[in-house]
Amino acid sequence: MADGEGGFSPQTIIDHLKANHVTHVVWLPDSETNFLYVLLQEEPTLDLIPVSREGQAFSTASGLSVGGAKPVILIQNTGLMESGDSMRGWVMGMNIPVVMMVGYRGWTRHGVDTDTAATYTEHFLHAFGIKYYLVESDADADRIQVAFDRAEATKQPVAVLIGDEYHGFVQR
Amino acid sequence: MFQTADMFKAFAPFRGNAVVIPGRGGRHWINLSEKPDRDVPLGDPAMGGHASFAFGLAMSRPDEKIILFDSEGDILMNMGALTTIAEKNPKNFYHFVLDNGVYATTGGQPVPNAENVQYDVIAKGCGYPSTYSFDNLEDFTNNIEEILNNPGPVFVTMKVAPEVENTPINQRVRWQKKTRDQTILDLQKDLGPRRS
Repeated sequence: MADGEGGFSPQTIIDHLKANHVTHVVWLPDSETNFLYVLLQEEPTLDLIPVSREGQAFSTASGLSVGGAKPVILIQNTGLMESGDSMRGWVMGMNIPVVMMVGYRGWTRHGVDTDTAATYTEHFLHAFGIKYYLVESDADADRIQVAFDRAEATKQPVAVLIGDEYHGFVQR
Repeated sequence: MFQTADMFKAFAPFRGNAVVIPGRGGRHWINLSEKPDRDVPLGDPAMGGHASFAFGLAMSRPDEKIILFDSEGDILMNMGALTTIAEKNPKNFYHFVLDNGVYATTGGQPVPNAENVQYDVIAKGCGYPSTYSFDNLEDFTNNIEEILNNPGPVFVTMKVAPEVENTPINQRVRWQKKTRDQTILDLQKDLGPRRS
């Protein structure tokens, strides 16, 4: 899907990470982010930290943040839900201002969920009181900055739900 | 098997200027430490996360030595963290594990397969370049200097005696002298700004 048709470019995310002086991306791959991975690997200002299960991303991000680094968490909504207690105890309990870029698996924008991962994602975020912003195309990208600003202001995690569709990111 | 308190006494002279995350044995460390602003007794934000937290701190501060006293129960909950730590290979990270074979804080129930799990072998298999295993104080004491002079990440597992808590949680005496928030603030002040 080309930019003109409302696609979402991974470079847009990279640009926002750099603009916000992100130092580390703590992540576990998901179905929406392969093209982003290639750009992340090539970006010299970002240190990619791969985790084996998403809950580790929250404790890792807490350690990075306490030490003065600025991490971002990049995971899928399924892993976000798996990580509930880690999110509670580490980033929420320790007041870590981290942005979570969350792949919104199953999100179709058409009202009918065919994947329960999508069915429960926003309910999960509501239950934890996590503010979130849906980004589906480059036209929505300014919400990423809103997320960063809110995380800093509240010293709490904020989610960006990446709602691009199945075919993944725009290639530049 | 040896006592956690004795282990910390043996470790204390070699601490130097390192940041110490004392974990579940912290009650024995806080009265020994001469650098309380570099101690990070977090309590238990969420189980299984100490290794990843300490690793994240080590990654953010490559010029500081970061020493963690983890527990085997926490390791089991997030064993995959060992692969991440080994891959990123922080030279400043020292990962000690107090293996008492039980979940002491919940009344002493056994950790799964406690008698047979070899955590140093797991760590080696995950890619830690240096691993050690001790079941007595003398060997630990004779090797601690070498361990801390090795480049990290180093993994050290120690068979220690369990100190089971059967008191209900809301009746336990808190051993930490500061709140978690104050602990973090004091550490950050002591570390100073991070170099980009």
